[in-house]
Amino acid sequence: MTELTRLSAAQAAGLIASGEVSAVELTAAHLDRIAAVDGSLNAFLHVDTEGALAAAAAVDAKRAAGHHLGPLAGVPLALKDVLTMNGVPTTCGSKILEGWRPPYDSTVVKKLRAADVVILGKTNMDEFAMGSSTENSAYGVTHNPWDLDRIPGGSSGGSSAAVASYEAPLAIGTDTGGSIRQPAAVTGIVGVKPTYGGVSRYGLIAFSSSLDQAGPFARNVYDAALLHAAIAGHDPMDSTSIDAPVPDVVAAALQADVRGLRIGVVRELNGDGYDNGVRQRFSEAVALLGELGASVGEVSCPHFDYAMPAYYLIAPSECSSNLARFDAMRYGLRIGDDGTRSAEEVMAITRAAGFGPEVKRRIMIGTYALSSGYYDAYYGSAQKVRTLISRDFTAAFEQFDVLISPTTPTTAFRIGERTDDPLKMYLADLDTIPSNLAGNASMSVPCGLSPDDGLPVGLQVMAPAMADDRLYRVGAALEGALDSRRGHLLLEEAPAL
Amino acid sequence: MPSITRADVAHLARLSRLALSDDELDQMAGQLEVIITSVARVSEVADADVPPTSHSVPLTNVFRPDVLQPCLTPEAALSGAPALEDQRFRVPRILDEE
Repeated sequence: MTELTRLSAAQAAGLIASGEVSAVELTAAHLDRIAAVDGSLNAFLHVDTEGALAAAAAVDAKRAAGHHLGPLAGVPLALKDVLTMNGVPTTCGSKILEGWRPPYDSTVVKKLRAADVVILGKTNMDEFAMGSSTENSAYGVTHNPWDLDRIPGGSSGGSSAAVASYEAPLAIGTDTGGSIRQPAAVTGIVGVKPTYGGVSRYGLIAFSSSLDQAGPFARNVYDAALLHAAIAGHDPMDSTSIDAPVPDVVAAALQADVRGLRIGVVRELNGDGYDNGVRQRFSEAVALLGELGASVGEVSCPHFDYAMPAYYLIAPSECSSNLARFDAMRYGLRIGDDGTRSAEEVMAITRAAGFGPEVKRRIMIGTYALSSGYYDAYYGSAQKVRTLISRDFTAAFEQFDVLISPTTPTTAFRIGERTDDPLKMYLADLDTIPSNLAGNASMSVPCGLSPDDGLPVGLQVMAPAMADDRLYRVGAALEGALDSRRGHLLLEEAPAL
Repeated sequence: MPSITRADVAHLARLSRLALSDDELDQMAGQLEVIITSVARVSEVADADVPPTSHSVPLTNVFRPDVLQPCLTPEAALSGAPALEDQRFRVPRILDEE
């Protein structure tokens, strides 16, 4: 039998349901894998060995008692450390929350528990999800399994590295400007940002509330669909949660058919600044989608060129407000409370010590953009750009069912290469940001290895809000065609750890 | 073209409740200038007749029936507190002394 950690989520669930493998065996195999390789990856901040084995044993007991098991029952998962899980340390990659154990479950965790998914632990991330490389984590960088000298993407880099390295078949990430799709692209896996409001944000520690969205990572499109279906749906605990049926993403992944689908290639998301290898693999994938029966054309979204500046005003503005809650009073770090200092002084000392440089920078930019006299020119203008980007999408979706682009302009860059240049770091999210600003659904699916450096390239699929199923149709069709052309799975080409 | 002085940065740090060191203030002044200058491009297309978007989905207030529901116990709610006193959060002084 295949090594247990190499199974897809669907295969693993099937073996558990049929009794060929116990959930405890499967979980133990993944815990062993983490123990063996995480020293060189640093994907996990906390491994919940006891909790995971107990959850797995409960699944085995359920099966023994003859209860119905769901499609992901007993499957292990890695959870980004930005989602609360009752009693389990949650840091957001920040010193300011070191040692904090939340007293409640996020809705995503509640749904995962209800689906009998086994949560292995919490994964590393850029501090408060601000970054594209996990280099902004207070707990060390995560390494890309394809090349340990390179970044695994970010901010959900712990989750992408865990899935790409077989530490877990599934992971949850969050995506504010590309933090699921870009890590998925640079590690050769599938990552999905559902429609904004499609997955509850309750218990997702906020960075930029109008953009943050949790979603799945998996090694194939069908597994991602199963996880998407498990976590999506309306939640009264989140006022921005959409009260509508979840699109049938699982059926769409099985359909895997793009015949007759109108696919628009976004002109603005390609060209100068893109690696040749990325452009080559992308254009091959475009041709392949045409061969598979899609009608492919080019479309212009002129305001996408303004998405990045708008994002770097809107996200920091919301962040400066959201992160005010880390005030050293009710939870988290408190420094300098010597009996002589005021609450305000203790707050300022604690925040200066507890936040890293990128978080401080963004709080300051947001404070600037929101201050009187500058508000209209910066935050106000950025909100107008947001309208223009949404209009570009609306117009494009009148002509096309989905839009596509490379997920990120380059393959995984080297650790340390961009840390001194925030603007260069921000370029990693050039292609992904428009979907956050407009709130539509978006996926990254692998489209091969760059001929330049042998590293994974991702293709981004964008669909209208609440048409997430279209992502899975396109993603599964492309994945199936590439896999059969190659004769094996892309991840089988990753070096052994 | 914005020009962000060290004094501006110190003011922003105070508003942000960040007790930054002198080195951080110096470094941040240069970085903020570069970033703000770069993002200021948004004004090129932000014409007066374009309505702003704060949220991609229309926001409506969500109400629930005003009935008692289970909530955190005092122990759970206080479990992460940096300091406690009499089952309450203990905080540094919040008013200046007379």
